[in-house]
Parts: sequence; structure tokens; C-alpha cells
Amino acid sequence: MKIHEFQAKQILRDAGVAVPRGIVAETADQAAAAFTTLGSAVAVVKAQIHAGGRGKGTVKENPKQHGVQLVKSAAEAKQVAAALLGNHLVTIQTGPAGQTVRKVLVEEGCDIARELYLGIVVDRAVAGPVLMVSSEGGMNIEEVAAKTPELIFRERFDLDAGLFSYQARKLAALLGLKGASVRSAEKFMQSLCRVFVKSDCSLAEINPLVVTGAGELLALDAKMTFDDNALLRHKDLTTLRDLSEEEPAEVRAAESGLSYVKLDGNIGCLVNGAGLAMSTMDLIKLHGGEPANFLDVGGGANVEQVTEAFRILLEDKHTKAVLVNIFGGIMRCTTIASAILEAYKLVGFSVPLVVRLEGTEVEPARKMLAESKFDIISAIGLTDAAKKVVAAAKVA
Amino acid sequence: MSILINKQTRVICQGITGKVGHFHTKGCKEYGTQMVAGVTPGKSGETVEGVPVFDTVSEAVKATGANATMIFVPPAFTADAILEAADAGIPVIIAITEGVPVLDMVRVYEIIKRGDSTLIGPNCPGVITPEECKIGIMPGYIHKKGPVGVMSRSGTLTYEAVWQLTGLGLGQSTCVGLGGDPIVGTSFIDLLKLYEADPATEAIMMMGEIGGTAEEEAAAFVKQHVTKPVAAFIAGRAAPPGKRMGHAGAIISGGKGTAVEKVAALEAAGIEVAESPADMGTAMQRAIKRKGRA
Repeated sequence: MKIHEFQAKQILRDAGVAVPRGIVAETADQAAAAFTTLGSAVAVVKAQIHAGGRGKGTVKENPKQHGVQLVKSAAEAKQVAAALLGNHLVTIQTGPAGQTVRKVLVEEGCDIARELYLGIVVDRAVAGPVLMVSSEGGMNIEEVAAKTPELIFRERFDLDAGLFSYQARKLAALLGLKGASVRSAEKFMQSLCRVFVKSDCSLAEINPLVVTGAGELLALDAKMTFDDNALLRHKDLTTLRDLSEEEPAEVRAAESGLSYVKLDGNIGCLVNGAGLAMSTMDLIKLHGGEPANFLDVGGGANVEQVTEAFRILLEDKHTKAVLVNIFGGIMRCTTIASAILEAYKLVGFSVPLVVRLEGTEVEPARKMLAESKFDIISAIGLTDAAKKVVAAAKVA
Repeated sequence: MSILINKQTRVICQGITGKVGHFHTKGCKEYGTQMVAGVTPGKSGETVEGVPVFDTVSEAVKATGANATMIFVPPAFTADAILEAADAGIPVIIAITEGVPVLDMVRVYEIIKRGDSTLIGPNCPGVITPEECKIGIMPGYIHKKGPVGVMSRSGTLTYEAVWQLTGLGLGQSTCVGLGGDPIVGTSFIDLLKLYEADPATEAIMMMGEIGGTAEEEAAAFVKQHVTKPVAAFIAGRAAPPGKRMGHAGAIISGGKGTAVEKVAALEAAGIEVAESPADMGTAMQRAIKRKGRA
């Protein structure tokens, strides 16, 4: 689960991690008032959307307006907020449609001496959380990792002991921090590592992490992502979820216990199992088609789930054909066949449907589909299925 | 011979009184697996499918001599169940449960790797040695005894591969589902070592997917240490970056973990990579032919 920058900063502030003072505004007037309340000579107005790249991103309705802007008066804060709120911000992560800006964060300006990078991830290679820092703050860390990996320093830390002081001092030294900044870095890093574990984060990223003129470390930006599997034990965090930032079809699918990801193509897929669902997308692409989605109905799909899955696929206006690919293991093919027929009846199909079934009770299931009055294209084997659905999508 | 489990393996089910645990205990028993006990705290004295239920794993082990466990407890309790099994000295722990918090697995992994138990999963279909022992949720009948060791990060994709292999007359020694989570107990490399040492395994088929670097590490290991023919398939060539593809571990993040990188690493190690998922079985055939084995 992703959250907004202002929410992440509140969590950090509560955890003792240094962040600038800021106020969230939902209207231009609130933004102006926030500037006055902060009382600093300079402030920054920042669009609050889940996607990254906001600073370089531009507003679709007004391409001169960026997602993050420095302001020097309440009037200017109001003007920038007005240009952002209700409009669409397009960044490298949003796609061309952009994401609607519903809130802005007005934050006091600070005196920046240096910009660093700091991030925590659960690293599979060491099977534990790793704190990464780099002197290349403000940059895309993936680029830094690719071009100058020697500029990234890592420390694995223990979940219960946290980051030891010596580890923080080691990283501070590698970043070239001196004097009071070392103590500030130690507190910052240790507090962040603690809150990462406490909240079951899967990612925490501070980019840039600034060193102020006075030598203090401060989180100028903050990104936190939580482990969905752990949300059950964090009721407080689940209230931070902003559904308006998520793909509506994905939210709806999740409510029905379906795992769905929307893609850009025109061939809808309904598959059981994540690995087979991914492979089905690959197969479509290999045969010259473009998958419209990833959809795993899971191991025990019932009529309700299959019906809902079909609805979601067919509501996507780009869908030109649908491929059902089921390997019946514990789930019998006859179960899925009756679910398909039932769903077909309930939903009504406007595009060609190709069905490939294999596994438990496949023969009676194929017979059920063949004998139905519905227009279902039956396929034997993966290649046959892919060829048929790609051809059907081209004609449609 | 086989790896991890065989006809002699005595199995318990943790979470046997739950709906899913009950269902699959029955399925494993019907396949011929020796299901000797179940564990659900507070339910000792009951029986499920004729299998006695105990309150703790150590009691179950003491009473039945169990040496493998199949875990179906809910995700919030899975870490505890794994550690209880390890504490009771069970050598093979197979966790089927999906949805275990990743930091729970960080703790479990640290403890497991210090001991002698092998953990398979979580979020996996289980392990099967065809015609001897099935521990998990896979459909038994698609398998056939034979020379191919199968390992995979996914469930239904493994069934697909096994189905193709069986159709081509290539039976399996032991099939292992490693699990789709970022941190799992056993890696491809751990299994490669076991397959390489197992006389019944003459060839190895691996199914990987996007996310992490387990496939790249496996490729490097194969190049150095594996003499048997290896074929592979990587799922997720069509997956966009930054999106989780069902499995918690199947995500391309930071430009890392792409299918293209994995395929390149596997091919560089001399592994026969199937381009299409329809071609997994034939890729194994080609790999065997190339090495002049089986």
C-alpha cells in the first residue's frame, strides 16, 4: 500500500525523524493561509499524488506548471495551488493521462547545503532490511545504481536491535558528513530504521535527504510503502489508503479476491495462478497480440468471482477479445466451465471468447462448453489458444 | 531415490482442522502419502480423516515419528507454526500458506538457517515425489515417476510444465514449488545441489519469474557446479515494471528483475530456455538431447 508524502512525513515526525514543517491544503485559499501560518520567507508548494517524478512533472492543463514549486508570498502560494488543484499532473510514472491533484503540501523552505539519498528496502539477497545511502541526492537512484554503483553504500540491520550506532557512523563517514552532522545522521537513520520495522514497510525512501546550512539532516521528500500482507496488524495505517489514487478496476477486483493488473493491450485474460497468468500474457505477446491485463482468479474460483472477472475485463473499452486459460488442478475444469457458462449468461459477451482448459475433468468440461448455445471458441493447448485469440482480436 | 520426501516420509499437517488443511490432508492421503498426525492447538484428541490431532508439534512427533510437515495455518500464525516445527526437529517443513508478512519471514529465515530443517515456501504448492509421496495442493495424477527434477516459483505454471513433461513421456523425480514470496526458505541453488547429488534425477527443469535475482544466481551455480542437463522458462516477459504480478515477489523494481536479464543469464550458463510456455517440455527434451543423457 502506498501513501502520500504528507502522510509519510507525519509518520516520520511522530517517529522522531526530522522533517520540515508543513501544512496540507485542499484549496488555493488554504494554501495561502498555510504560507502565512508557516511564517517563513520561502515555502514550497508540492502536489500530493502517489506517483514519483513530481518536480519534473507538468500539469496537463497548463504545461508550464510543475508539480513542485518554490513560492515567496501567500499570493504566490495561492496562485500555484490553484494551478495544481483539480488538474492532472503528468510525471514519468503516471502515464500520459496524469493523476488528479486533490491536495497540496505547503512546506517551509530550508537552507540546503547538500542533497543526499537514503532508502530502506527488504533485500531478498540478504533476506533482510537494508539501509542504502548515496551522496547523489535528488537523482533517480536506479540510474545511480546502474552508472555509479560505487556511490551507494549499504548496511543490513537487525529487526529487533535496529541499526547500530557504529553502522550509522560508518555510513555518515562514507557520505563525508562531519561534526554535528554525524550525530544528526545517527538519530535520523536509527529512527527511520525503527519506524520501518514497526510499520511493516516494504519501502521507505528519503530523496533528497538534505543537510542544512546548520549541519542538520532533514527529510525533504518522503515515500513509504507498506507490506499489504502485514496491514492486518496495522489498522491505523489502513486509514491512510487513498483509493482515488488507485486503478478503480484493480480495487474492485481485489474486493472479489481477484488479483488484477490493468495493462495497455486489447486481449483480456482470465487465468488461474499467478505464474500461469504471467505466462499467458507472455504467450499472447509472443504471438503478436497485446494483453489488456494480468488476472489471477486463484485456486478456488467460483461463479461469482468468474462473473466479476468477466465484467471487469469487458468494461475495459479496449478489450477486443478474451482468453480464458485454466489448468485445473484441485479446481475441476467442470467447475470453471459452469462458471463460464453462468457468467456468460449474466454478463453477455460483446467480444470473442477463447477458452483453453486442461487438467482435472477436462473432457466433460469441454463437452459442456461445446454443447452450450454460446459462441465460445475452444482451443487445445497454449499455442492454439494464443493464435486463436490474437486472430479474433485483429478481426474485431 | 528422490529429494526431500519419499515413500518412507511420515507427514503431519499443521492446521488440519481448518477447511483447507482438512481437504488437502484427504487429498495427500488418497495419493498414498503417510499422513500420520495433525496439529491444531486446543483440538487434541480429535481425528480428521482418521488422522489423530495433537495440540503441539512436539507431541505429534513424539507419538508418530513424523519427519515432515505441511502447514496450512492462516498467514498471521505461519511464522510461529514454522518455528514450532523446526523446534520440534522436523527436517522438512513445507509452508503452503499465502500472505505471510515479509518481515515475519526475515525473522523465520534467520532462525531456520541456523538449524538443520529445510523450509519450502511459504506461498507454494508443495513438494511431490511421484508415485511415492505428495505434500501439498498439486493434482497428483498429472505426475509420473521419472528422471526430471522440477522446481518453480509458481503453482499452476508447474502443473503446466509437469503436464507437458508427462505427455512427452518424461516423468519426474521430485517436483518442488519454492513459493512466490520475496523471502522463501529454499532457493533454486539449494535444490540444484540436491538434484545434482540425487541419482534418480537425470535432468532439471526450472520455472522462474520476474523479480529478484534468484534465477541469475541459479544460472551462475549451474555453470559452475551442475553436470546434468537443465532447461528453464521465465514468466513475465510481458509484465510492466513496478507492478506486482499476483505473487508478492513478482515485481520488477528499480529496473532489476526483468525477464530479459534472467533469460540472458540462463542462456549464458548453457541452459535451454523455452521462449514460449507451450514449449517447456520440449525445451527439456532438447537439453537432454544436447547433453546426450536420459
